[in-house]
Amino acid sequence: MLTVLPLVPLLAGLLALALPADGPRRALLVLAGLIHLALTLACFVHPPAPAYGGLLELDALGQLFLTLASLLFVAASCYAVGYLGHEGAGPRRDFQDGAAFVNAPERVFTMCLLLFLAAMTVVCATRNLSVLWVGIEATTLSSAPLIYFHRHRRSLEATWKYLVICSVGIALALLGNILFSVAFYDPASPLTSMGLTEMLPRAAGAAHPWLRAAFIFLLVGYGSKMGLAPMHNWLPDAHSQSPSLVSAMLSGALLNCAFLGILRAQQLLVAAGMGDFGGELLVLFGLVSMGTAAVFIVGQGDYKRLLAYSSVEHMGILALGVGIGGGATFGAMLHAVNHSLTKGALFLISGNILALYHTRSCYDARGLSRALPVTAALWTAGFLAIVGSPPFGIFVSELTILKAMLAGGHGFAATFYMVALAVIFIGMATPVCRMIQGPLPPAVPHPGREQLLSVVPPLLLLAATLVLGLYIPEAVTGLLERAAAAVSLGG
Amino acid sequence: MEMTQYLLVALVCVNLAYLAVTRLITLTRITAVQGLLLAAMPLAVLGPDPHSHALILSLGVFAIKAIGFPWLLARTLSRLSGDPVVEPYLGFNLSLLSGVAGLLFSLWLETRLPFPPGLFPPLLFPAALTSIFSGLALVVARRKAITQVIGYLAADNGIFLLGVPLAQGSVWLELSVLLDVFVAVFVMGIALHHINKTFESIDVGRFCSLRD
Repeated sequence: MLTVLPLVPLLAGLLALALPADGPRRALLVLAGLIHLALTLACFVHPPAPAYGGLLELDALGQLFLTLASLLFVAASCYAVGYLGHEGAGPRRDFQDGAAFVNAPERVFTMCLLLFLAAMTVVCATRNLSVLWVGIEATTLSSAPLIYFHRHRRSLEATWKYLVICSVGIALALLGNILFSVAFYDPASPLTSMGLTEMLPRAAGAAHPWLRAAFIFLLVGYGSKMGLAPMHNWLPDAHSQSPSLVSAMLSGALLNCAFLGILRAQQLLVAAGMGDFGGELLVLFGLVSMGTAAVFIVGQGDYKRLLAYSSVEHMGILALGVGIGGGATFGAMLHAVNHSLTKGALFLISGNILALYHTRSCYDARGLSRALPVTAALWTAGFLAIVGSPPFGIFVSELTILKAMLAGGHGFAATFYMVALAVIFIGMATPVCRMIQGPLPPAVPHPGREQLLSVVPPLLLLAATLVLGLYIPEAVTGLLERAAAAVSLGG
Repeated sequence: MEMTQYLLVALVCVNLAYLAVTRLITLTRITAVQGLLLAAMPLAVLGPDPHSHALILSLGVFAIKAIGFPWLLARTLSRLSGDPVVEPYLGFNLSLLSGVAGLLFSLWLETRLPFPPGLFPPLLFPAALTSIFSGLALVVARRKAITQVIGYLAADNGIFLLGVPLAQGSVWLELSVLLDVFVAVFVMGIALHHINKTFESIDVGRFCSLRD
């Protein structure tokens, strides 16, 4: 099974490049996503054996993030059918500066989307630190052309920042991998691979100073890609300039992949009896990310950047949860699921708003409830979900993390967490309410067209996070518990 | 002095040269020289082995770092408009001075860190650290986007050098990493071409439209 899983999107991607007609290529995109999701779900029924000599191996942690990436991809690919049909080919005019630009060829875009999924599959389905590194670098390279779909100045600037910051960050993570090798260096019985299966049982005998150094480099390296502050600079630019379905994939799936890299390092630290060291650093980066997000969300005038900073906040919450440990690790895993579903939905909805209003300004995109009634309802629900209002899933995961913080005596962290969440709630509520209400701009058609493919995928994602807020199925709880145990027990 | 030591001294000189060079074409040639020196490192450090891992790795590094990267960079450079000089944010003299300071710091650090005995040959750690430092300095202290790519490569070369004594396992994973970096530079080359066409310059100082 694991042999086939990354090959499906890889081969579909190459086929997409060769297909001349748009219709069959779009169908291939959705079909490849559905096959990938079916195979991913089949892994729950028949746990797959390691493949390619143990380089690919699926554990609970990988399975959790793989399922999220696959689900998000199906939603984004269905949305893409409508989006690409609406975009079309030919020269266009930039709504912000009026300059002429063209879109990237659709077959290149589709190929990169599928290669992006293949790279994320490799990241999730491996416990080998070297393969994980190769996979994460591959996600950067396959997603950079996606950010530059609209070939204008701003998207090019965002793509360059993304490429340089993430490549340098990932290079630092490679240094972290090398330092892990130094920590495990033993001429009498050298490591035969960088797989956790071999490394975890030997972690107790590894050299602690090198483990510390390795973790710091991995945290900074993959943290750049995950969007942890203060290495997050690429994130608001890339998310705001990408097509919305790409932003949904970046925020809902890619950031999780980078987080997985950090979790693998934390697993090693816990197995070496140094979990507290990693935990303290994660708490620090988590709080700094939440604080930074709160500062930039208040007064933010661009609704896509608003969502991007919200991702910085939620990545901070994930780091904080894992850093606190205990019940908060379970909370962080649940939060990863809820954030991916909600943020994926919100970015897709933001694409509907952008398509009608031709602006990313919260001040100009007004009267949403009259122009796009379904989108407006989803935007409101998505806002309530992302800021942690009941009955949505994020409320449950944020509360779980808070309870664990209070139980563990982390008073300062808990206070900071609550203040940041409150500030972010207010900071997001103002622009969202402004957009829903108010007068409709004269140039905007009333009511605007709402295609089924543009509202059903975000609706289903939000419905899923609503269900998780009301009732978490046993199978999901089991997976989350196993994933959390792998992190907190170093398994 | 052994061959490894000669190679490492040469690498340290190359690392400092990155910071003093004023012409872009010379900078690309320096990457070729660094690639060539790095290609010799696996053979010099690991020596001959029954599976020829060191030889395969050396050939891979030679193909990608000594030929592939300089060729890609020279090709990109030939397509760019404007004066082919390095435009610094931080002056050349100050850059070089900071490079020397970085070298002294890494020499001092080598004496302080608890390295596993016999793992790193003398001077390898300072040579690798100076390369990483020079690379990062090129990324942040130069105006042109192509110098950021070269800086990224130099930093990556330093990281690779640090990994050479540990590269005794699967050589294919090492080659995958090399290939990944090659594709990264290829993609950056394409992006540079678009930047040059769109902005009529590769000055990153012009990237100022995305702000909060």
